[in-house]
Amino acid sequence: MSRALELLKTAPASARIGMAVVAGYGVVAVLAPSLAPYGETQIVGLEFADWSAQHWLGTDDLGRDVLSRLLYGARNTIGIALLTTLIASALGGVTGLAAGTLRGWVDQVLGRVVDVLMAVPSLILTLLMLAIFGTSIFSMIAIIAVIESTRIFRLARSLALGIGMLDYVTTARLRGEGLTWIIFCEVLPNAAAPLIAEFGLRFCFVFLFIATLSFLGLGIQPPTADWGSMVRDNATLIAYGQMSPLIPAGAIALLTMAVNVIVDWLVHQSSGLKE
Amino acid sequence: MILGRLGLGVMTLAAVSAVVFFSMALLPGDIAQQMLGQAGTPEAVTNIRHDLGLDRPIGERYLAWMYGILHGDFGRSLASGRPIAEIARGRLMNTLFLAGFAAIVSIPLSVGLGILAALYRRRPADIAINLFTLLAISLPEFLIAYLLIYLFTVKARWAPSLAVVGADSPLPERLHKTVLPVMTLTLAVAAHMTRLTRAAIVNVLSSPYIEMARLKGLHPWRIIVRHALPNALGPIVSVVVLNLAYLIVGVVVVEVVFTYPGLGQLMVDSVSKRDVPVVQASCLIFAATYITLNLLADVMSIVCDPRLLNRS
Repeated sequence: MSRALELLKTAPASARIGMAVVAGYGVVAVLAPSLAPYGETQIVGLEFADWSAQHWLGTDDLGRDVLSRLLYGARNTIGIALLTTLIASALGGVTGLAAGTLRGWVDQVLGRVVDVLMAVPSLILTLLMLAIFGTSIFSMIAIIAVIESTRIFRLARSLALGIGMLDYVTTARLRGEGLTWIIFCEVLPNAAAPLIAEFGLRFCFVFLFIATLSFLGLGIQPPTADWGSMVRDNATLIAYGQMSPLIPAGAIALLTMAVNVIVDWLVHQSSGLKE
Repeated sequence: MILGRLGLGVMTLAAVSAVVFFSMALLPGDIAQQMLGQAGTPEAVTNIRHDLGLDRPIGERYLAWMYGILHGDFGRSLASGRPIAEIARGRLMNTLFLAGFAAIVSIPLSVGLGILAALYRRRPADIAINLFTLLAISLPEFLIAYLLIYLFTVKARWAPSLAVVGADSPLPERLHKTVLPVMTLTLAVAAHMTRLTRAAIVNVLSSPYIEMARLKGLHPWRIIVRHALPNALGPIVSVVVLNLAYLIVGVVVVEVVFTYPGLGQLMVDSVSKRDVPVVQASCLIFAATYITLNLLADVMSIVCDPRLLNRS
């Protein structure tokens, strides 16, 4: 813990700003119900009302308060993206480390399955799976988690292959430790830094991906507030010169950039690269 | 070695087609029940199953499906009953037009900017390009699209925000209507290409023979174009082709924003209607294009860099 604090002190300004932005999003997501002036799905006035003292950002296509939906959207959009990334990392990380440690046929079989899944662009594969399983939040989380786990599998496997060669892993193996011990106590601690950086990158990707799906009308379904579908529902306002539909899109972009900056810094830290 | 890559590509394609087809078997129940819903009597379900050929074994159905596709028959749409090949042909052409237009604009632009950034490394021009590309990468495509609509349709009023083209629209009209979609795609794709072109050239610039050329007193442009570029060409070409593959996917979102009648929009519509045969067919077309372009990238980088042939 104290080491983490030491590391934080050496962070450059860009990474500090990034962390501040991410923390801000976190606070908004957690406190959304007490910050929002109105309810998530509460209809409070006329459709497409302009910015005013009651409704700071106006109202949307059904007369709901845009500011409130923006705040609740932080909770839904970020929460779902975080959950999906966690599942993907656990799945891809454990199978990847296992494949890299065991090698042999387990590695071959898992490797070929991942090859085929990665040969199709993830948006296209996700669309196919959504057509088959239907567009519910649960199927979306499961589908994206499985597809994203292939990327993490690749990284975890190559890390485990490298670490598996080292003397202390051979020692553990000769000592008669089980597979679980070797993966979680010998290999994982030394693969943690790149895996955490990858988690950040994956989160960005999943977050943008879910926003895109919701924007296409195939992701998070109404009446749940989320940033992708908010852009979609209010896009007609842009034709009248109103900027408010772009605010949720900007919120998406800002968070992605902030996480990217932090990940860049972490990667530079762990690899010692200067350029 | 090139033949080996081609063989691998064909195998990947076969495996992907199997995934696309057999994933339908993951569905609880089957399409016949889905179509009729709760109201379907057992006889009606059996009838539809027979019409769609669902009562035959799944392996046989897969072979029949592949046989049809290799002969240009993609089956029929569940929603409209029309042959999928007929629906998809015009839309595929539209999508290829859009992607091709975007490629013609973005490839020279990003390779040029990449060379420029490498040449003026760590100077204002490089930093500006770097910041701009970082921004373009972080923005979701639909945000870029709406920003462009806001700037060019609402404020400047010189480009239409809807790209509705018919099969018989003349070329000038098509070009005018697809200006904004192409700009969106270009911004999304060129950022990656520029960064990687710069990285490839900077990598070569640190090698001893460039140092030698510099010590001989050659002009910086000449060093880049005559000495550095040939050796950086391999990675640049493969980056360019990989980004073409990315274009193919990027069109999906862009087509929806601008209601452009392409294959991507067809696919998104069919997903919300759960018209599985159409989704399968478009998925296969997209996947085949993507795999072919990836394969092309590998082959091109071998052609550009003969050293790769001897490495294994």
